[in-house]
Amino acid sequence: MSIDRATVAKIAHLARIKVPEAEQDHLAGELSKILAFVEQLSEVDTEGVAPMSSAVATTLRWRPDQVDDGGTREAVLANAPDRAEGFFGVPKVIE
Amino acid sequence: MNTGRERAAMTYIQGETGDWEMVIGLEVHAQVTSKAKLFSGAATLFGAEPNSQVSFVDAAFPGMLPVINGVCIEQAVRTGLGLKAQINPVSVFDRKNYFYADLPSGYQISQYTQPIVGKGEIVLDMPDGSSRTVGITRLHLEMDAGKSLHDQHPSKTFVDLNRSGVALMEIVSEPDMRTAEEAGAYVRKLRTILRYLGTCDGNMEEGSMRCDCNVSVRRPGGPLGTRCEIKNVNSVRFVQQAIEYEARRQIEVIEDGGTISQETRLWDTAKGVTRSMRSKEEAHDYRYFPDPDLLPLVLDLDWIESIKATLPELPDDKKQRFMSDYKLSLYDAGVLVAEQARADFFEAVAKGRDAKLASNWVNGDFFGALNKAGKDIQDSPVSASALGGLIDLISDNTISGRIAKEVFEEMFATGRPAADIVEAKGLRQVTDTGAIDAAISAVMAGNADKVAEYRGGKDKLFGFFVGQVMKQTGGKANPALVNEILRAKLAG
Repeated sequence: MSIDRATVAKIAHLARIKVPEAEQDHLAGELSKILAFVEQLSEVDTEGVAPMSSAVATTLRWRPDQVDDGGTREAVLANAPDRAEGFFGVPKVIE
Repeated sequence: MNTGRERAAMTYIQGETGDWEMVIGLEVHAQVTSKAKLFSGAATLFGAEPNSQVSFVDAAFPGMLPVINGVCIEQAVRTGLGLKAQINPVSVFDRKNYFYADLPSGYQISQYTQPIVGKGEIVLDMPDGSSRTVGITRLHLEMDAGKSLHDQHPSKTFVDLNRSGVALMEIVSEPDMRTAEEAGAYVRKLRTILRYLGTCDGNMEEGSMRCDCNVSVRRPGGPLGTRCEIKNVNSVRFVQQAIEYEARRQIEVIEDGGTISQETRLWDTAKGVTRSMRSKEEAHDYRYFPDPDLLPLVLDLDWIESIKATLPELPDDKKQRFMSDYKLSLYDAGVLVAEQARADFFEAVAKGRDAKLASNWVNGDFFGALNKAGKDIQDSPVSASALGGLIDLISDNTISGRIAKEVFEEMFATGRPAADIVEAKGLRQVTDTGAIDAAISAVMAGNADKVAEYRGGKDKLFGFFVGQVMKQTGGKANPALVNEILRAKLAG
């Protein structure tokens, strides 16, 4: 599988990363090489093998339904570039 | 169950070029009833100060990891069981990636290819007494995003993350509905089931239940048309209005030679129209992938069975029981079971009494008075046993049904028991035939001309005489006795 310029531009936009046009060809080549490297895995026969979700035998931990967090508005807003009346302030989002 | 063909013809929309059929599927987001959020220990209460119920997980601070709330899982399973759906012993959480100011992590944790609940069904009760079965495609667990306020400041949007991370169940129906009424009935029935199960409070005004409507139109029996999705509709009435409008809009576009493009639309409550959200195409490329912070959710089959054992009697079963045990009509039983509190109240009133009479009083005067006063059952000034006391007085002929209405109004206003009011106001029914005889004689003597007309064949005047006798006795005469004696006397 190889990645073309247009795909690079599209995923860059989806990820909100600015990629100048001059770099797109180069990145398309690099990403294609990475994919080709990973694609070697498809040579392994995985017929009948369940997908592995973890390298160690462990299960999802459940928490009890109790309120033991929150109530820390100052800490939550401390790093916000902008705030007002207890809200985060962001540039106006037009629907 | 579905009566396919016959219902179809009646539900078509007539366009300029012939009949059209709507195809509707609904996605309902129901907020899970839980104290804490899906992946954090912050509270879920509605209406708190902005950002006061936010943990670092909900605000997506670097390095924070989600830990799943066991009760939210249990609520999803309970809902699945209530929808007679398949529970998947293994499900997977995925990241749904998109950028928006109220989604600090840049992705929503959701379930995509392997949801916790699979296929189920909901039986709709239509106003004409018929029922339809609508398939449930799936139910999955996901976290809610925060809330954006766009109208508080001229150049800024305000963001409140209290809702961020609250557990939602997205319940997706099959495209099985064919009219706006069916869609309305679906939302109402789903809300009833969720409330019975205690898994969602179903409060649409507070946003605990929101509905996305997928609507397309086609020629009856023809291939499916292109659908449009109307996002975030927040009442049953708006669901019906939005679907009705959208179907007619699509028909107009097609009949004018245009084509429908698949898009997301908004319901404008004020104007009563749907309009395009003009969203970019990329917005729908969510690039789902399994969330590396969460292992697959594995459920123990015995645990699922133990939840099944705690399910309450659900509305459909309750309705059947009310019809068979209390001999109620489908309609009466349906109205009673629509709310669990109403059904419980009815059963308390009906215990040891005439069930039909109890149902008439609960569904009639009692709920009429509550609605008028804007009260819930819990705050009713008339308890189930007090209403039962009134019904006892009707059943043993102490008062007539008509007087009972008067007594009930007094009970509702003062909270006094029926028997006290009847005694204090002297409303006891007159069953003394002598007194009724006298009243009838007086009425006949005062209306000799009408008596003559009646005897001359004008039967309709009978009602007039009944009315006069009741008036004469202050409404207290036993109506059955009045009828009987009056008929005999008038016959001469």
